Amino acid sequence: MNWITNFVRPKIQAVLENKKDTPDNLWHKCSGCGQLLYLKDYLEVQSVCPNCGFHGRIDPKTRFKHLFNKGEHALIDLPKANEDPLKFKDQKKYTDRLKAARAKSESKDAISVAYGQIGNMNAVIAVQNFLFMGGSMGMGVGNGIIAAAEHAVAKKAPLVLFSAAGGARMQEGILSLMQMPRTTVAVEMVKDAGLPYIVVLTDPTTGGVTASYAMLGDVQIAEPNALICFAGPRVIKDTIREELPEGFQRSEYLLDHGMVDMIVHRHEMRDNLIQLLGLLMKQTKAA
Amino acid sequence: MLTYLDFEKPIAELESRIRDMNNLESGEEINIAEEVGRLEGKRDKLLRDTYAKLTPWQKIKVARHPQRPHFKDYVAQLITDFMPLAGDRAFADDVAIMGGLGRFNGQSVVVIGHEKGHDTQSRIKHNFGMARPEGYRKTVRLLKLAEQFDIPVITLVDTSGAYPGIGAEERGQAEAIARSTEACLGLKVPLVSIIVGEGGSGGAVALAAGNRVMMMEHSVYSVISPEGCASILWRTSDKAEDAANALKITAQDLLKLNVIDEIIPEPVGGAHRDHKLTMEAIRKTLETALSELSALSGDKLKTLRREKFLNMGQKMGQN
Ligand SMILES: [Zn+2]
Repeated sequence: MNWITNFVRPKIQAVLENKKDTPDNLWHKCSGCGQLLYLKDYLEVQSVCPNCGFHGRIDPKTRFKHLFNKGEHALIDLPKANEDPLKFKDQKKYTDRLKAARAKSESKDAISVAYGQIGNMNAVIAVQNFLFMGGSMGMGVGNGIIAAAEHAVAKKAPLVLFSAAGGARMQEGILSLMQMPRTTVAVEMVKDAGLPYIVVLTDPTTGGVTASYAMLGDVQIAEPNALICFAGPRVIKDTIREELPEGFQRSEYLLDHGMVDMIVHRHEMRDNLIQLLGLLMKQTKAA
Repeated sequence: MLTYLDFEKPIAELESRIRDMNNLESGEEINIAEEVGRLEGKRDKLLRDTYAKLTPWQKIKVARHPQRPHFKDYVAQLITDFMPLAGDRAFADDVAIMGGLGRFNGQSVVVIGHEKGHDTQSRIKHNFGMARPEGYRKTVRLLKLAEQFDIPVITLVDTSGAYPGIGAEERGQAEAIARSTEACLGLKVPLVSIIVGEGGSGGAVALAAGNRVMMMEHSVYSVISPEGCASILWRTSDKAEDAANALKITAQDLLKLNVIDEIIPEPVGGAHRDHKLTMEAIRKTLETALSELSALSGDKLKTLRREKFLNMGQKMGQN
């Protein structure tokens, strides 16, 4: 920390906190250190806090922009899912929740799939969107992963999947649970074709998503400090009535316990993927 | 002593009256027999009517009934020469999932399933059927063993879910479940899965990605427990009954959704009232399923299984 962050920032903070009509769209408060960051700058650095390194959540569009060469990519059309098969209603109708999520995120469901060049290779990249109903996995997400796998096989290209999900989409009941075997079949199609399937676990990846395609990567990468688990910390705490260890279920904890291959900073993700895919695709390189 | 569920109160009262009658000493035996017969008739009708229209919430209670047959009961009645096999070869033997070799109708089979236990001691031993990673890794081991020797597999699913604990998470609960599902889907021998009690979430699906998936008439199969769903979506577990209705968890609902292939009928009043009849129904279903599947090649079995799951939920009419 330099003197600016120590002295000037708190003053700015104080001023802003007193001003009730702080424009939300100008400033972002870091969830890691609480620092107020100029939103435009923050987005420029892929929502990684320059002060503490906290990785904020980002949408598929931003991922694609920073992963593909010059950000160029083609979005893959995803097959329409059978919507609201159970006519599910809790306090709200599922169809209303879908409508709201679509309006907010400008996408059809909690996953986007794109095809493009990364380094000197082609790749299919699938990105889950936590902002869309918590990234939850229903038939739409299942269809997205299957489409991504099929596209990878057709193009003989590796598949990279960025996971982010609160788990299965309860509003689709048993059909959301069935996405576990469905997406597993999709992963198997890529493996059968001899193509790499790389998973990048991002915050948060939990429940049925972790317990299916998100843990079946040939290589498992995690972003720093991501929550990665099957049962969430609250459920575990309620069950065992014990304090959880520090850092429990975070990327670094999983690395220590042998559950992921590496933790990669978002700013180094593209270079890492290029290197990894190049090695797996057996690209030769002059010594 | 039979344990009665809350909605079985009128049935319990009738049965208590029948017992009292039977205990009566007297010279009016004829009248007693008559009265007992009348009460039994009434009881049978009540039982039939009640069980013909169980609500999803009532089904959950039946599926969780402590006297419902469990893995060990099924194996004892349906499998001969059973040899349990233990351990995941990495960390431990998790007896929340049991498995081994045996014979069904004289033919070698591998049987794997959740065991909940039947009294306090055995429930603790089997961790109430809530498996840790080792249970799923043992499952993978046994599936591979079956494939190596070309032996069909039967899985019996009965769990409220995988165990949510510190050690289980540290040792890769999610990965273990994913690998178990993957192993089911890749299997080149017949895999018949029966939800016998509770099919709770990922911990159930890990054993249930079969060529045939059947449910006992009063079993349930769900992405989340109604209690859990209610506390998330309704923000109170008091709404569990509403969640049970909304989630569509009964065998009858799942057959309509084409998620399962068949419903295995239970005796009137549920499997816990008559283990023997339950076993016979399962035996018949298993015989048919295994003989049909045994005619198929390993590659065909795998392909069909994959297609079955890929197509799931895709062919239903639009709303
Ligand atoms: Zn920060």
